[in-house]
Amino acid sequence: MDKIVFKLNHREVSVALDPSLRLLDVLRDHFHLTGPKEGCGEGECGACSVLLDGRIVNSCLFPLGNAAGHNIVTIEEFSKTQRYEVLKNAFHDEGGSQCGICTPGMIMAAESLLAANPQPSDEEIRIGLSGNLCRCTGYNMIVKAVKLAIARGTDLW
Amino acid sequence: MFDQTKSTPKIDHEDKCSGQALYVSDISMPDMLYAKTVRASIAHGKIKAIERPPLPSGYHFIDHRDIRAKNFVKMVFEDWPVFATDTVNYIGEPIMLVVGPDRAELDRIAKSIKIDYEILPPTFGFTDSQIHKAFTKGNPADAFSHPHKVIEETFETGYQEQAYIEPQGMLAYPEEDGKITLIGSIQCPYYVKNAVLNCLDYPEDKIRVIQPAVGGAFGGKEEFPSTIACQLATAVLKIHKPIKLIYEREEDMLTTTKRHPSKIRMKAALDSEGKIEAIEAHVSLDGGAYIGLSGVVLSRAMIAVTSAYTVANLNVSGDVYVTNTVPTGAFRGFGAPQMIFAMEMFIHHIAKQLEADPLEYRLRHLARQGDKTSTNGLFRDPIIMKEMIAKAMDISGYRAKVAAYGKETRNRGIGMSFFLHGCGFTGSGESTHINAKVKLIKDESDHVNVYVAAVDMGQGAKTSLKRVVAMTLSVPDAQVTFDNPDTDYVPDSGPTVASRTMMIVGGLLARCAQTLKDSWKAGQRQEVVERYIQPSYMKWDEDKLQGDAYPAYSWGVNVVEVALDSTTYQVKPIGIWSVYDVGKVIDERILFGQADGGIAQGIAYGYLEVMRHENGVLRQKNMTDYIIPTSMDMPPTETVFYENPFAYGPYGAKGAGELTLVGGAPAIALAIEQAVKRPINVIPATPETIMELLKHG
Repeated sequence: MDKIVFKLNHREVSVALDPSLRLLDVLRDHFHLTGPKEGCGEGECGACSVLLDGRIVNSCLFPLGNAAGHNIVTIEEFSKTQRYEVLKNAFHDEGGSQCGICTPGMIMAAESLLAANPQPSDEEIRIGLSGNLCRCTGYNMIVKAVKLAIARGTDLW
Repeated sequence: MFDQTKSTPKIDHEDKCSGQALYVSDISMPDMLYAKTVRASIAHGKIKAIERPPLPSGYHFIDHRDIRAKNFVKMVFEDWPVFATDTVNYIGEPIMLVVGPDRAELDRIAKSIKIDYEILPPTFGFTDSQIHKAFTKGNPADAFSHPHKVIEETFETGYQEQAYIEPQGMLAYPEEDGKITLIGSIQCPYYVKNAVLNCLDYPEDKIRVIQPAVGGAFGGKEEFPSTIACQLATAVLKIHKPIKLIYEREEDMLTTTKRHPSKIRMKAALDSEGKIEAIEAHVSLDGGAYIGLSGVVLSRAMIAVTSAYTVANLNVSGDVYVTNTVPTGAFRGFGAPQMIFAMEMFIHHIAKQLEADPLEYRLRHLARQGDKTSTNGLFRDPIIMKEMIAKAMDISGYRAKVAAYGKETRNRGIGMSFFLHGCGFTGSGESTHINAKVKLIKDESDHVNVYVAAVDMGQGAKTSLKRVVAMTLSVPDAQVTFDNPDTDYVPDSGPTVASRTMMIVGGLLARCAQTLKDSWKAGQRQEVVERYIQPSYMKWDEDKLQGDAYPAYSWGVNVVEVALDSTTYQVKPIGIWSVYDVGKVIDERILFGQADGGIAQGIAYGYLEVMRHENGVLRQKNMTDYIIPTSMDMPPTETVFYENPFAYGPYGAKGAGELTLVGGAPAIALAIEQAVKRPINVIPATPETIMELLKHG
């Protein structure tokens, strides 16, 4: 089997695995990165979100082979950044996380949104988060958290 | 942003954000095997033969023949099998587990099992009653014998799926001396432990249940996880290896418990001034194939009959019907959402028929302190609904909007619901079934550890219960630790259900902390235990459903405004305003979280979330076709809490978790009703329902 070479959390990795495997399974089972969660397995809930060259993707729908040559960043790596720190604190202060199963994915969605659009409107925030389901919060406290992160992290995005 | 002095830093926030919090599917063990459930493919039939493929080495089948003692999952009755024996009663009923090291191989094996059935006629709908309950208040027969006017209506509600984002799952493993430990996504560690003890007829100290991080539950992880636990414990006993069973979304939606579909008939006798003199009500619940908790759900539904109103004469009955469909069970609100929807719509419709102002008519019937409850108990504590309603109308602009939208045909509507929720278990459940116990241990460094079985499934139980202990002890938060429950260490403080956690467990912890404070010896280890004592005023007759059904009631008002698309008939909620009396706000941020999440589920129950079965086959089986709200569906919310302290709650706190859901459906249904100018008697009020109403009345 040909090796698939890609960057995982900014470090080059090379795996001899079936290219049709779901990236989510490779991350969780092979690399033991359990930050991306499986909520639905069909790209509806976004709990498995990771960044592909800085843009959000559902790792449950993403075949490993398509990662070749790209940089995949999971919450494990993103959580080392200053942007994460601001988002995490804003989620805390606004009550944007309850059970937490959607939270890593939601934070990745916020990062993906703000990286592309640092000053989104309320509507743009809601659109940016709409691929990530949360059953606990009703979303408003998450939207407020993203707005608070924007206000606090002026130069970060 | 919240007043940080009114909120405690959320205990598990860091780990949940960074992905470091371990949910059951994140936990692995050396030598761990996986399990896959083989399920019935027909709604009702006898198993004639099962053809099993030869198993590769290291793979196992586990079925009813492996059960050590009782093939039942202990809930209320012993009617729910761990594995089907010779009969299957719903599509998806577990028949066996296949266990082994490779998940793809398990799928292959499971697919090649052939089961031959003798098909039996299935039962659907409200025909086969297995539980009947009834109670009366006053003299309803007399009121109905000479009414000025009688109005009768029927209401229907559909399934609702909890749709927690973390599917059900559990990991079980053997320890020394035959001990079995289970780590699961659960609400009730001791329900799981007791169910396994019963199934295995096992020594009490040989079953251990540990709660990891739980990714949402909403009632769906109250009784259902006990079924997985009994299956896995049976498998571990035979195979002696760790075994993990995680449901995929489709399996979870098709086979786990959900909210009972209902049909509620309401009949009112009115006096010459139009006042409701008596109500005759009947509730039908679809219990699915096994009764489980349905009888208890039925009681709560029946008791909620008059919701936030007082009616002097009542004749209330209800039935749980057994059908060849997936069993229904606990879901936030537990029978009350169905009944409160029916009562709110009914009283509004009566006012309309009388050509009375619905608001004024409903206010006339509001319950007051000193009134008798539906079950002849007493509303002992102050009821401040009039102030709360005035506040809700003020912040929502209700009066102006309801007047404007009533006249115009501009596809806008506003609806307001009044409601209550009985806090804690119904009737004498706390004292006869649970008898909760809590423990605090202070170590030599004066650090205090909280020992309770309350599960934090996102609602913030750890944060807010810890806050109660720290406040009572007058120590910094950091001096108190609350780890996830492990039945080897925590006493049985009861299940994490029924809006009881703060009022009952928190109340016990406050008492426990006070005792510790009063006897505090610096530098010494101290252990304090407290047990539940039923308030002496509570008198309850379980057979007749008479007396004080709950120690306290929380109250609420929801206002929902909607816009209707006149082409697609899609409803868009554009504003939500809520006012609640939960006694006392312990942690502001956590309560606002409960309020926002509860109303999202409550309104979605009323207009968005559709699940139906056709001959026992559920037509919605994943997140693509069972629609829950996204960030684009939820409008901004404004919520106000009124303080109205309850003497027996910690610092006056009552229940909050379910209250925030139960009024959502009638509020949005009333808003839709105003927008479409047609009465709504069925939820969810989907675009299809609205189109039918507009075309055919």
